[in-house]
Amino acid sequence: MLKTAPVLSADQLSIARLVPKGSRVLDLGCGDGAMLDYLIRERGCTGYGVEIDDANIQACVARGVNVIQLNLDEGLAMFGDASFDVVLQIDTLQHLHNAEVMLRETARVGRTGIVAFPNFGHWPNRLAVLRGRMPVTKVLPYQWYDTPNIRVGTLRDFAALAQKNRLNILDSFGLQDGQEIRFWPNARASRAVFKFQHG
Amino acid sequence: MPGFLLFAVLFRPFILLVAKPQSMHFADALPLQSGASIRAYDLTYETYGTLNAGRSNAVLICHALNASHHVAGVYVDERGVELPKSEGWWDTMIGPGKPVDTDVFFVIGVNNLGSCFGSTGPMQVNPDSGEIYGADFPVVTVQDWVQAQARLLDALGIQTLAAVMGGSLGGMQALSWTLQYPDRVRHAVAVASAPNLTAENIAFNEVARRAIVTDPDFHGGHFYRHGVLPQRGLRIARMIGHITYLSDDVMNEKFGRQLRQAVVETAGLEASPADVPARAAAYRYSTQDVEFQIESYLRYQGDKFSEYFDANTYLLITRALDYFDPAGEHGGQLARALAPAKAKFLLVSFKTDWRFSPARSREIVKALLDNQRDVSYAEIDAPHGHDAFLLDDPRYMGIVRSYFESKVAPC
Repeated sequence: MLKTAPVLSADQLSIARLVPKGSRVLDLGCGDGAMLDYLIRERGCTGYGVEIDDANIQACVARGVNVIQLNLDEGLAMFGDASFDVVLQIDTLQHLHNAEVMLRETARVGRTGIVAFPNFGHWPNRLAVLRGRMPVTKVLPYQWYDTPNIRVGTLRDFAALAQKNRLNILDSFGLQDGQEIRFWPNARASRAVFKFQHG
Repeated sequence: MPGFLLFAVLFRPFILLVAKPQSMHFADALPLQSGASIRAYDLTYETYGTLNAGRSNAVLICHALNASHHVAGVYVDERGVELPKSEGWWDTMIGPGKPVDTDVFFVIGVNNLGSCFGSTGPMQVNPDSGEIYGADFPVVTVQDWVQAQARLLDALGIQTLAAVMGGSLGGMQALSWTLQYPDRVRHAVAVASAPNLTAENIAFNEVARRAIVTDPDFHGGHFYRHGVLPQRGLRIARMIGHITYLSDDVMNEKFGRQLRQAVVETAGLEASPADVPARAAAYRYSTQDVEFQIESYLRYQGDKFSEYFDANTYLLITRALDYFDPAGEHGGQLARALAPAKAKFLLVSFKTDWRFSPARSREIVKALLDNQRDVSYAEIDAPHGHDAFLLDDPRYMGIVRSYFESKVAPC
């Protein structure tokens, strides 16, 4: 294990607070494993990350975090029903071809799901589109032609998708510079966060 | 930094790891899974690095079909000069400063019973009959090998392994260790392995075995008495095996449809076969000449193999592969079979490996997840097929290195 604890961003810390202490966690698209490492050290959690990228797999192993190399577009057949307390999908959903299937899978595998993604409804994004251009921001830093974000949606879009899939939304809010935005989050927050359960 | 340390760091890649095979005799009979037993036996092994005071840094390396105890380092002659081509079979992985670092770990390689590189096997004399075992050598299984390895560790004073590691059939032994001795293994690293063989895999083994036993020089496995070796059978067995260890892509890239240099030249065509594909003008219209490069390569591999490998050993080891099936006793449920395992696991597979495909490694991962065991799994996009586990891919090496540094290393 790395000697030093990972440093999370203010947004990540807000999401980490949603994970109950001692949870068994599956982190889909876990990146370099920093969040999972933090949850293990600071919140007494256990679990696994899932990643597709070779360098991230290496980074997770170097941290001593359990990681499974898997393409999420191939589904979560490896994981049993309700086999985790919490399944995280942080900045992952927007890269998936089968985003809806994965949302259902997240609810199947986890007793609780937590999804965070860039909120396209944030007012600077709306303004950019009003001006006739796709937004380029801190949370959506790519040009329209090279973005890996193949799904762009808003807080309200996600709420509708959750309802369509009969998920119970336990909590939802926006995140802006680490602050939880609960009043008019769809316009005021660059990131959307949902905590939900199987309906 | 003291001068000698600087020297050691700068020149470490050039300092030879010298390997010395050792042998240990075991007087107590080893009961085998079949019900038979081996009355007394020897195991040939090598060790690299130093066992620490706490005896907590031992790593056991299990070998696959045709490898041996000579895992790492080189052999030297009496003047200390390196013998050519004497590197251990996993020398890319194991040694000073390598992913499994012998400056940190005490690494043990052991030749399995029934093999032909020094440990008791079919080429040796059966103490009961005074004759060479040959076909009478008892059938040994992966579990039997693990039992024998455990006795070697007992003799070396090692109670707990920091890790047990192997590729292919070696990975099966690593897995078996975690089930037979859950308290003696902290980590298991299984590369390009499987929880059992598929029908196709057993079929390949059977073709190889038929090639050997139908060789007129096989004499029912007692060819030693006749002073002959069933080399034709062994060659074909090896050719078949070799095809399955490579990927279609890598074979095409290496050989394609190229003809042998000699074939091109005798046809009066100038050109090196390396860049010119087969042309009808060069064909000999023979059915038995070696015309394509791939034919030549396979024959060369077959010839080389048939000179050093024992035919009965080939039969025994492929049978051990066929029989391995920990889920078999649990209604085919691997998760139930792996329930006793306490070790932490690293599994690695290779995308182009079709003999031990990633899907098979994923079955093990899933069974470990079902048991809530610590497991990491990497699926390396290397082109080389099953052989990739012996090659030097930086992603593969990096992950094993990181795993040993972050998790296995003694505190």
